[in-house]
Amino acid sequence: MSEVRVLVGTRKGAFILTADGKRDKWEVSGPHFAGWEMYHLKGSPADPNRIYASQTSGWFGQMLQRSNDGGKTWETPGGEQMPEPGTFPAGVSNKFAYDTSPETGKPLTTHQWYDGTQHPWEFKRVWHLEPSLTDPDIVYAGIEDAALFRSTDGAKSWHELSGLRGHGTGPKWQPGAGGMCLHTVILDPSNPKRIFIAISAAGAFRSDDGGKSWKPINQGLHSQYIPDPKAEVGHCVHHIAMHPKKPGVLFMQKHWDVMRSDNAGDSWTEVSGNLPTDFGFVIDVHAHEPETIYVVPIKSDSEHYVPEGKLRVYRSRSGGNEWEPLTKGLPQSDCYVNVLRDAMAVDSLDKCGVYFGTTGGQVYASADAGDSWAAIVRDLPAVLSVEVQTLK
Amino acid sequence: MIRVELPQHLRTLAKVGREVQLEVPGEVTLRSVLDALETRYPMLSGTIRDHVTKERRAFLRFFACEEDLSHDSPDKPLPAEVVSGKEPLLIIGAIAGG
Repeated sequence: MSEVRVLVGTRKGAFILTADGKRDKWEVSGPHFAGWEMYHLKGSPADPNRIYASQTSGWFGQMLQRSNDGGKTWETPGGEQMPEPGTFPAGVSNKFAYDTSPETGKPLTTHQWYDGTQHPWEFKRVWHLEPSLTDPDIVYAGIEDAALFRSTDGAKSWHELSGLRGHGTGPKWQPGAGGMCLHTVILDPSNPKRIFIAISAAGAFRSDDGGKSWKPINQGLHSQYIPDPKAEVGHCVHHIAMHPKKPGVLFMQKHWDVMRSDNAGDSWTEVSGNLPTDFGFVIDVHAHEPETIYVVPIKSDSEHYVPEGKLRVYRSRSGGNEWEPLTKGLPQSDCYVNVLRDAMAVDSLDKCGVYFGTTGGQVYASADAGDSWAAIVRDLPAVLSVEVQTLK
Repeated sequence: MIRVELPQHLRTLAKVGREVQLEVPGEVTLRSVLDALETRYPMLSGTIRDHVTKERRAFLRFFACEEDLSHDSPDKPLPAEVVSGKEPLLIIGAIAGG
């Protein structure tokens, strides 16, 4: 019998929700790391019992946690308590030190600050963890201020892939309202050298050499709120999704606009179509139908809640443009929640399960590809991220 | 032995009680105590002071003997009562958030 494990990060701890393949009875475990902001948890595709978690706090900074038993127990990699001083290397699992210039020792570059001046990169937190598709000890971290780091020793130590900031546009990047965060990391299953990332508010970037060099892939994006609406960088990309069987096709929820690319990001076209509003954060793809996609439209950039008090997931079975509202089991009055960028995921069962969490603390699940929904839990702290593991 | 009292979340992280006791070689200063604390409990590295700059995290404070030592030089000797173990060095999570 298959099993589903839903990893939920919230403002005040992590929760793990499990069910069998019917997905109608759920067990809730948590809060893990009670009181901490859990930005993201994600399991390794190569070893589902290996889970990485980003634990952060305004008081104590960043921690990295790792589980080797599916989330039952956790450890800080490299942070084991030493029996005697001086007998074990110090833990550095939470050390994200930006590369500096080898010649001068100074920061590689600066970025644009809110007042238009240049500002040095300063580490804030880990937004997203993306484990390697093949090696449980390799994991990527998307961080704020925006940069991509990689660990090859199970999150014990981290090293920046600094070619991302070094390709020349770094000084033009600027923080969005939520900070200058690298929030999306997608590994191409058909090409181990290809990585996609997205940054608010810089845009989308692609590497074709395993992260050494990068290029902006923002052609076709149009953002009226920036000085040059068609600029090479500066777009506030909220999230990108890809179906593993069609890795050249990307779907994007931008600040405003839902977009698609059929050439691995070289160019984008708008597919917002008949959505009630094309502002939003999440976007995801059906596990078995590469042209079936999901978004949750949000009223506007200043009113971060669903329009008309109705929580509606919109589904397109045509890869965009034509959208249908999915409402069965979702509140259709007096609902004013948001669904954040990493808070939607799909399982790979048949029928495809779709999951999302809200800022109101509900985690909704659909075991029939979105036709009907039920809340697994209703009263968690605000949900920051949702990931799903399908366990055979 | 130098006594250090930790805020609750750091006790959970380090899997210790309210107070830890540390051997601190050389002069007892904020810097040498934090060095000893992070050596003994590596999972606390980066949680009290920044990994790179070594600056105190903004929402943490250092108290001892009813004095706020947060803005003192990290190399200033700690009070004799802390050095003798009579009083603990308190690491406090500031009350923030409204």
